[in-house]
Amino acid sequence: MKLTCKEATRLVSQGLDRKLGPRDWLRLRFHLAICDACAAFTRQMEFLRRAIQRLS
Amino acid sequence: MKSFAARVEEERPYLIRYASLQLRDSHAAEDAVQEALVAALAGEAGFAGRSNLRTWLTGILKHKIVDIIRRASRENALAPDPLAEVAELDALFDETGHWADAPSAWPDPGNSLEQKQFFAVLEECLARLPAKTARAFMMREHMGFETDEICQEIGVTPTHCWVLLYRARMALRECLQTNWFRK
Repeated sequence: MKLTCKEATRLVSQGLDRKLGPRDWLRLRFHLAICDACAAFTRQMEFLRRAIQRLS
Repeated sequence: MKSFAARVEEERPYLIRYASLQLRDSHAAEDAVQEALVAALAGEAGFAGRSNLRTWLTGILKHKIVDIIRRASRENALAPDPLAEVAELDALFDETGHWADAPSAWPDPGNSLEQKQFFAVLEECLARLPAKTARAFMMREHMGFETDEICQEIGVTPTHCWVLLYRARMALRECLQTNWFRK
């Protein structure tokens, strides 16, 4: 039931490409609330998206 | 005053660079730019009054890039990327699925977006991605395609598509960490 960091990063990435199912979404929220590393990773992914959009 | 054709021609080097970044094949990039420039010259009236020639040309070029990706996927020109990167990904985590080297917040990322040098590093990181991975990633993040469209265009299953995008993001994060944000 509990996510590992590796699984969490995969869900963070998929969450940028599709709507996660309620179960995955909930498990991911829970993991991000208690894991600083994966929370930082999520912000880095959001930053990466902004950076690529600005690429010209 | 310069003719329209001359001003368009001046943008060619920029457009080639732009197309190469997405297509990862210099011949394909030249083809895309050539087709875009021909279309631009034929459609000069479409530009009339718009402020930015480069933006207008890039818009045309994006369509040509997608055409070329479509054609290439029909001809199956791009071999699948080697699976070696999966092993590389595994190295980021230990056997229990925890980070081998836990990420910490990047300092002042907004400031990086203001720096030309940052985008040069980002381009270099993109250039290191395997071709199919890079195409899928640029279609998703730069051109804003939905994943199902990307899968169709490059001829892979949705699951494979998510894996490609995941791998691209992990590799780019590592690359930016090492070459820009450092430790």
